[in-house]
Amino acid sequence: MTTQAGKPLAIALENCAKTFPDGTRALEPLDFAIHAGETVVFLGPSGCGKTTTLRIIAGLEEPDAGGRVLFDGEDVTRLPIEQRNVGMVFQSYALFPNMTVAGNIGYGLRIRGTQEAALKARVGEMLDMMQIARLADRRIDQLSGGQRQRVALARALAVRPRALLLDEPLTALDAKLRDTLRLDIDSLLRSLGITAIYVTHDQAEAMALGDRIVVMEHGRVAQIGEPREIYQRPATRFVAEFIGTMNRLTGSAKNGVFSCKAGNLPWAEAPANATEILFRPEDIRVAESHEETGLQGTVAAAFFLGDRTRLFVEVGEARPLVIESTARRAFRHGETVRLAIDPRGLVVL
Amino acid sequence: MRHESRRLILLLLPAGIFFAAFFLLPMARLFFIGGSGKTGWAAYAAILTDAHYFSSLLSTLGVATATTAATLAISGISGVFLQRHKFPGNGALVAMLTLPLAFPGVVIGFMVIMLAGRMGLIGQVTQALTGEKLVFAYTMSGLFMGYVYFSIPRTILTVMAAAEKLDPRLEEAARSLGASPWRVVLDVIIPGLKPAFISAGAICFATAVGAFGTAFTLAAKINVLPMVIYTEFTLSANIAMAAALSFVLGIVTWLVLAVARTAAGSSVAAAG
Amino acid sequence: MKHRGLFLLQLGFTLVVCAFLIVPVILSIMAGLTVNYFVGIESGLTLRWVIEVWNGYRDTIFLSIGLSLACLVVTLILGVPAAYVLAKRQTALTRAMEELLVMPVAVPGLATALALIVTYGSLSGFRTSWGFILVGHVLFTLPFMVRSVLAVLSAIDLKTLEEGAASLGAGFWPRFRDIVLPNCRSGILAGSLMVVTLSMGEFNMTWLLHTPFTKTLPVGLADAYASLRLEVGSAYTLVFFLMIMPLLLALQAFAKPRPAKFVAEETE
Ligand SMILES: Nc1ncnc2c1ncn2[C@@H]1O[C@H](COP(=O)(O)OP(=O)(O)OP(=O)(O)O)[C@@H](O)[C@H]1O
Ligand SMILES: [Mg+2]
Repeated sequence: MTTQAGKPLAIALENCAKTFPDGTRALEPLDFAIHAGETVVFLGPSGCGKTTTLRIIAGLEEPDAGGRVLFDGEDVTRLPIEQRNVGMVFQSYALFPNMTVAGNIGYGLRIRGTQEAALKARVGEMLDMMQIARLADRRIDQLSGGQRQRVALARALAVRPRALLLDEPLTALDAKLRDTLRLDIDSLLRSLGITAIYVTHDQAEAMALGDRIVVMEHGRVAQIGEPREIYQRPATRFVAEFIGTMNRLTGSAKNGVFSCKAGNLPWAEAPANATEILFRPEDIRVAESHEETGLQGTVAAAFFLGDRTRLFVEVGEARPLVIESTARRAFRHGETVRLAIDPRGLVVL
Repeated sequence: MRHESRRLILLLLPAGIFFAAFFLLPMARLFFIGGSGKTGWAAYAAILTDAHYFSSLLSTLGVATATTAATLAISGISGVFLQRHKFPGNGALVAMLTLPLAFPGVVIGFMVIMLAGRMGLIGQVTQALTGEKLVFAYTMSGLFMGYVYFSIPRTILTVMAAAEKLDPRLEEAARSLGASPWRVVLDVIIPGLKPAFISAGAICFATAVGAFGTAFTLAAKINVLPMVIYTEFTLSANIAMAAALSFVLGIVTWLVLAVARTAAGSSVAAAG
Repeated sequence: MKHRGLFLLQLGFTLVVCAFLIVPVILSIMAGLTVNYFVGIESGLTLRWVIEVWNGYRDTIFLSIGLSLACLVVTLILGVPAAYVLAKRQTALTRAMEELLVMPVAVPGLATALALIVTYGSLSGFRTSWGFILVGHVLFTLPFMVRSVLAVLSAIDLKTLEEGAASLGAGFWPRFRDIVLPNCRSGILAGSLMVVTLSMGEFNMTWLLHTPFTKTLPVGLADAYASLRLEVGSAYTLVFFLMIMPLLLALQAFAKPRPAKFVAEETE
């Protein structure tokens, strides 16, 4: 046994590729390290290889020859999942229908030969932690989806795993429940300080939970970074478009000015070869009347959202610009507005 | 993973050894004995070339097909009904419907005699009503009746087990989309039960082809293959012919089962 | 109401099916207890025929009980692990194996019996023992056990359940014991019901496999139907019913699915 319970785990993947027997190449060679106690979120569209990566880490799949999985520097590539001491939460819950809620939660401890009293105490602790104590004697088929997910979490955590692996744990739940559980999971992971890997295709979930996010595309890593970094400094167009809303202007840069159909944008650090600039809606605003600005466009649509107005402004590009305006005024369709862009938010790819 | 494969082989081994020693080996021997008679290997063609054997082959397959169709229809309706509607007395009904499960073919034959035999209920009722006594126990119709009687209990059990696993939410979904009860049956229940129908139907068919207890009880004159084989073996002491006939019959049944399963498999794949 | 009409229609149909199955049983029980069935119930009730059967055929009853239980034990040991493997590995090899295992059902019992006789008939100690019949019964009933367990295992997401157990530290054998076996319990019980009852009633093979010292109940029944008067045949059938009924009811009680769904509906 190479793993002991308790202290959080550092995980490293070295050259891990995966080709399924039917020839499907699910994963290109991947190198990646997860620090002890960190929450890493794998984010990407369906079929990009998130689950496959998670299953390789868990020990449910072996990487192609040459790939290695390291737990605290130790090679566990050939170690089956039952010896890795990782907790796993499945999208379909995978709760045992032949056991009660308490039986499910206590199963891992029972397998480890934990004494009855200690087992009972730990199960009680987990039930309380997940606020499902009154469900202890229920059968699994008598639970709602959210309750099942809590049981699945409790079951995975009861054995004090060194890492917690979650595969789209909230996808099957409704939005409201998802928000509640997401908060619960977040505070749980922070308080436990456990290494956690969380797979999702929901970017809001990824942003909220991840210390770092791994954005994946077609079996490859597109970018790894903190949520802020991923959002503000996307490394590729795919990342930029997959996460949040991105505005785009095409043109050319010369002498510290970027020129496009909407006008001229002074930008001291403009790279000479830039033909396209990207920026988030929050980095552009409607200029005040006294401000100097060389950019303008026409309002194509305006949606008043209460705290702000979402404007779609036509500037002669393929797509109108999206602007979140907090101005206390109404915008008319067809109205010409002058625009100000914060150069700090500009991204060139 | 490799370790697991070894364990799985270990788990399969006892059944495999038993099966090889007591089925494959004896069957191989039977095959050679089938070709060791007076006519040699031609015995294997006799089922097609000999008019007597061929006609019994046809009537055997005919009665088995009819049995399967009737049993699936009856058990499908009652099985799904009993699984879906829990009412007082449901348990008793299920118990009664599965009661004959334990009846040997010979007892089934006796039940048919009780219903449609010379002293049977149907005879008495028809005599009272029309003045003419309807007796059909000792014919092919009696055999058909017996085989349906024989097959209903186990088919109902299979259907009920499968109906229990059917996700009621699928049905609710179909109904929510405006499907009528009949469409729900056609689009949700029957496709959902199809694997159960196919496996139960296949077993039903095979049992009807291979059984001989019922025919044995009803009459020696019923012209189905198992009776012919038995007569060859015991009365004519023609072991080679009996071996050849039973071997061919086994192959035919097995082929029908295999074809049924393949057809079901491909249509399932096309649907999903 | 339309649904109510449909319900009654189905109920009526089911009752007719029930009558088809049960009426002859009742008739035969009556025949076994009447002095003279030809005359009818007016001739009086008697236990004479039953006692006659009990004295003459007691041994066949005990042999059949023992045989079917032995058959159950063997099919459990051979069949449940095999079904698990077949559920888990869908390869050409396991599919072929599944196909093969069903052959003793496809092949007429007469043929199987014939094959066993020509192969092992010369081992006289074996030929004359009840073990010889047991082999035939196991061959015939094993597929029912395997298929019944397999059906349940294929219906649940066995793979994910096992992965869940493995992630909690359970190795191969603990998983088999804690997850696989309990979750295919309904299949095992249904299979057991099949095996015991089929073994009890097996005639096609047994008729050829039996010796004068190893007569099972169905063999005795065939004897009685062929050679004795209707009342004795009926009385023997009655004894058979009496014997099989408690067993069947017990097995049915075990095999009854849990009413879990209804509890869930109430609590939601
Ligand atoms: N057992 C398998 N055999 C063959 N191909 C597989 C297998 N499992 C996954 N794949 C394929 O590998 C690719 C990656 O699958 P994976 O399950 O990792 O995607 P994912 O990112 O988790 O997607 P999703 O968000 O839909 O769950 C997919 O193209 C998938 O079809
Ligand atoms: Mg996935």
